Amino acid sequence: MNSWTHAQGVLETPQFEWVALSPTLIVVGAAVIGVLVEAFAPRRHRYGTQVVLAVLALATAFAAVVGLAADGHASTQAQVAGMGALAVDGPALFLQGVLILVGFVSVFLFAERRLEPAEHGRAVDSFAAQAAATPGGTAEKLAVKSGYTTTEIFPLMLFALGGMLLFPAANDLLMLFIALEVLSLPLYLLCALSRRRRLLSQEAAVKYFLLGAFASAFLLFGIALLYGYAGTLSYAGIADVISGAPPAVDPGLAATMGNDAYLLIGGALVVMGLLFKVGAVPFHMWTPDVYQGAPTPVTGFMAAATKVAAFGALLRLLYVTLPGMRWDWEPVLWGVAIASMLAGAVIAITQTDVKRLLAYSSIAHAGFILAGVLAVSEDGVSSVLFYLAAYSFVTLGAFAVVTLVRDGEGEATHLSKWAGLGRRSPLLAGVFALFLLAFAGIPLTSGFAGKFAVFSAAADAGAMGLVIVGVIASAIAAFFYVRVIVLMFFSEPQEDGPSVVVPSPMTTSMLGVAAAVTIVLGVAPQYFLDLAGQAGVFVR
Amino acid sequence: MESLIGLLVAAPLLGAALLLVGGRRLDRFGHWLATGLAALSFTLAAVLFVDMLGRDGGDRALSQHLYSWVPVNGFQADIAFQLDQLSMTFVLLITSVGTLIHLYSVGYMEHDVRRRRFFAYLNLFLAAMLILVLADNYLLLYVGWEGVGLASFLLIGFWQHKPSAATAAKKAFVVNRVGDVGLAIAIFLMFSTFGTFAFSPVLSDAEQASEGTLTAIGLMLLLAACGKSAQVPLQSWLGDAMEGPTPVSALIHAATMVTAGVYLVVRSGAIFDGAPAAQTVVVVVGAVTLLFGAIVGCAKDDIKKALAGSTMSQIGYMMLAAGLGPIGYVFAIMHLVTHGFFKAGLFLGAGSVMHGMNDEVDMRRYGGLRKYMPVTFVTMGLGYLAIIGFPYLSGFFSKDEIIYAAFGKGGTEGWILGGVTLLGAALTAYYMTRIMLMTFFGEKRWVKDAEGKDPHPHESPLSMTVPMIVLAVGSVGAGFVFNLNHSFVDWLSPVVATADGNSPVSHGMVSVLATVLMLVGVGAAWFQYGRRPIPEVAPTGVWITRAARRDLLQDDFNHAAFVTPGSYLTRGLVYVDHKLVDGVVNGTAAGFGGLSGRLRKVQNGFARSYAASMFGGAAILIAVTLLMRAV
Repeated sequence: MNSWTHAQGVLETPQFEWVALSPTLIVVGAAVIGVLVEAFAPRRHRYGTQVVLAVLALATAFAAVVGLAADGHASTQAQVAGMGALAVDGPALFLQGVLILVGFVSVFLFAERRLEPAEHGRAVDSFAAQAAATPGGTAEKLAVKSGYTTTEIFPLMLFALGGMLLFPAANDLLMLFIALEVLSLPLYLLCALSRRRRLLSQEAAVKYFLLGAFASAFLLFGIALLYGYAGTLSYAGIADVISGAPPAVDPGLAATMGNDAYLLIGGALVVMGLLFKVGAVPFHMWTPDVYQGAPTPVTGFMAAATKVAAFGALLRLLYVTLPGMRWDWEPVLWGVAIASMLAGAVIAITQTDVKRLLAYSSIAHAGFILAGVLAVSEDGVSSVLFYLAAYSFVTLGAFAVVTLVRDGEGEATHLSKWAGLGRRSPLLAGVFALFLLAFAGIPLTSGFAGKFAVFSAAADAGAMGLVIVGVIASAIAAFFYVRVIVLMFFSEPQEDGPSVVVPSPMTTSMLGVAAAVTIVLGVAPQYFLDLAGQAGVFVR
Repeated sequence: MESLIGLLVAAPLLGAALLLVGGRRLDRFGHWLATGLAALSFTLAAVLFVDMLGRDGGDRALSQHLYSWVPVNGFQADIAFQLDQLSMTFVLLITSVGTLIHLYSVGYMEHDVRRRRFFAYLNLFLAAMLILVLADNYLLLYVGWEGVGLASFLLIGFWQHKPSAATAAKKAFVVNRVGDVGLAIAIFLMFSTFGTFAFSPVLSDAEQASEGTLTAIGLMLLLAACGKSAQVPLQSWLGDAMEGPTPVSALIHAATMVTAGVYLVVRSGAIFDGAPAAQTVVVVVGAVTLLFGAIVGCAKDDIKKALAGSTMSQIGYMMLAAGLGPIGYVFAIMHLVTHGFFKAGLFLGAGSVMHGMNDEVDMRRYGGLRKYMPVTFVTMGLGYLAIIGFPYLSGFFSKDEIIYAAFGKGGTEGWILGGVTLLGAALTAYYMTRIMLMTFFGEKRWVKDAEGKDPHPHESPLSMTVPMIVLAVGSVGAGFVFNLNHSFVDWLSPVVATADGNSPVSHGMVSVLATVLMLVGVGAAWFQYGRRPIPEVAPTGVWITRAARRDLLQDDFNHAAFVTPGSYLTRGLVYVDHKLVDGVVNGTAAGFGGLSGRLRKVQNGFARSYAASMFGGAAILIAVTLLMRAV
């Protein structure tokens, strides 16, 4: 029921389930407060205030998620809240929990101030002193000299996270679009804020923005077509129409309602919009450029969290709205999954930049996760949920390592400079090797458990072809992951190679958490698989 | 009482762990710690023994279940011990001789910088052997079996700086591995036949299995026994194993390792009783090894290698007896125990001689040592008399019983086996007399050692002579005690099957024959080595001597039969790997690399072409979706 269909008569007071929606509300509320802090707090207090605010907000939000799940909202008490716009159910709460944890850990990465050499006696972070200053211009020099820092990153990141929390919970198409924009716009900005190599960073942001807007347009067009087909934007409503129970025909839409062409084209376009966000082939081309150009903490956050949120949204859309046209979208997504797995793995072989390498790896992983999505079963859902949880921490950890390997020009991302890293910094190289092995899906890491869950769900559902391609792609991918390990441990170090910066306890503990999660989910995955298994049912 | 069994094993195991982990700070007293723990183990064994004697023959067995390693449906892997009369016999032998060898090593290894490590390995050896004989199932037995293999590897190669020692250790390990495969297969067969590893159902239900299965299990067990006990065809490691320090040789030859194979065959008697074919093979292996070892022992000039040949031969006696079935089991064990005493004594004596002679091992450079090392001479002499079967010493009783049992097999087989064992007795007397004459009698043939020092033979310190004296007492008296009122037979009969043979020759006749042949052997040796001076360079000798010096061509045979074909096979596989496998692998890798390079060109950095790709993708998405509906 949408409020505007009740134009005549008394306007109903909107019902709003404050408690059920509290995780999102807390995060967005904290973002708003963060903006106020930027406006009113003295410059020197902003950094501390923002960090504390973000940490507190995320901790509270996570507690709220746990509370809701404990209260049965993930299973028996699952409900549709916010006038039908948002679902509060197992998958939504599970993914929100993962997202908030990812955000929590990312805050530490954002707040790290010991990596860059101090400028004019002040510790600085990885972000531009003043975003609006022209790179290399006098304004920039002045900003650096005055010790400006872009503490806006914290509210921006919280806004993006707020959008991400809405994304997998969105239960109608309009909310889906709003969530998409709320999460995307702050990310575009964050991408442009690198302190070093600002031109590359700005180029990445512009590309991301242009292509993102392009994808949004497709998505929006798809939404319009679906509305034309079903006369409603709610997922459940569209599903009803597809399954052959049309409500009263809206006279304004008499020409289009029930016309399958609208459904097929609209559905394809909406799915395309989401595939853009997860970075699947052929909508993947932004990922390498953006991952490379964006400040590395942002890349880590974006790579981990966006994928979680977008796959959550895709799952809900496919499982709740479009199961009736499963035979139409399955073959297409098979193709996308196979292309993503193979293209990601193959192109990664010849990459020479570690951030681009990880970008292509993320494309391959999008393909692996799609294989789980295509199982179209409860096992498929829970395996995807588990995979996302495992993958996000490995990704964050890997990018965190990238922030630490530096030479005179900032991060040393060219792979040739990583040669022999294992001899000089065995611990850090060992941790990175752990993450790479997890990406490759080697047993006793979370990557293996995730891949095993996804592939076995797909195999059970009869998608043997996908599994075979997936295993082949994994084998190809293992080549370039292991190549980096070989490079780090068995090559001679370069003469003027980079050094590993000793970070503050924030990055150290964040790396520790990521490594611990990677090992725990790999060695004893059963508890978390069960957790994901219990969260595998969507509310309608 | 049961709980003491675990402690018995734990003591040396703890010693090994402490000494290996403890590091340098244990250097000063580590060897005494190890010796003390071995002695503690012996004390516990003695307590258990006295306790066991207090009960009736039927319920003397004790068992202790420690924990279940893998308790799943249909698969029980238990860590559980069983102490019956057979295990008790071995435990007493292992801990008593083991403790004496520990004590001896305190003196022998005094100047070795890695002494602590040596004692850690000795303790490990003891612990592994105790696990082997105390296990109540074949899986745990296998643990001990492998532990013994590991410990022997570490000890034989203890002086790893010598390439010959490192090679010998490797050889012992590899040859044993062949036997271990046999044991593993035997255990697989048992599990698939009986569904369990435990002795009690496997051995008590053995007759329910088909003869074919039992024969297969029996032959595999025999293969395992051949590896550990150095029986033909897996005998080749034993001689080289002399590269280890002499106490190690004593330990391997007397109390541990080589006895394990005999234990395995006797313990698995129920399986062999149901598989006559396998039993025949055991007898043949025993008989062949008996003569093989004796002939090799006759020709060696290296005192330790001569003794090694002797061990092989004596274990052959035991194996032959074990292959005879119930008429021989008890006597196999009896000879094993008496042999444990006199062979340990002989080896310690040899070590003592080497200790006094600057580590010289060539008997042609000894001579006339009896005046310089009286204690060594007397103790070794008593061991000598015991092993050749001098009337009323240990070897006399146990060996005669085996010869009598061999005749008791009956028929032509009985005559052949009896003949072989009697011939073995003559050869034993010959080669042992040769050793004694060349070492302690005749002219001095001493030479300067590598550093140009003259040898100054002297009696060894107390820590070395005391164990030798104790062992000499055992060599003299053990057989008599065992034979008193059939005490040993009565002791073992509740757990080991016994039967009387139908020998065509009377027991007294066997004793007379054996004694006469023994005297012939002694006389022949005296004729050759005692009557005239011994040349310092060995004469060329007839073909059999030359072959025996080369261990009857065992290594040449192995080289021709296994090493050469094996290396050709490896070379062939390497070739295939290089040309075919690598070709495919490298080709695939190059293919993907090329594909990758071409694909990445698509990523040209222009937002417009990215957008075009997205647009094209969306078009395909829609087209395929529509097409799917149309189909």
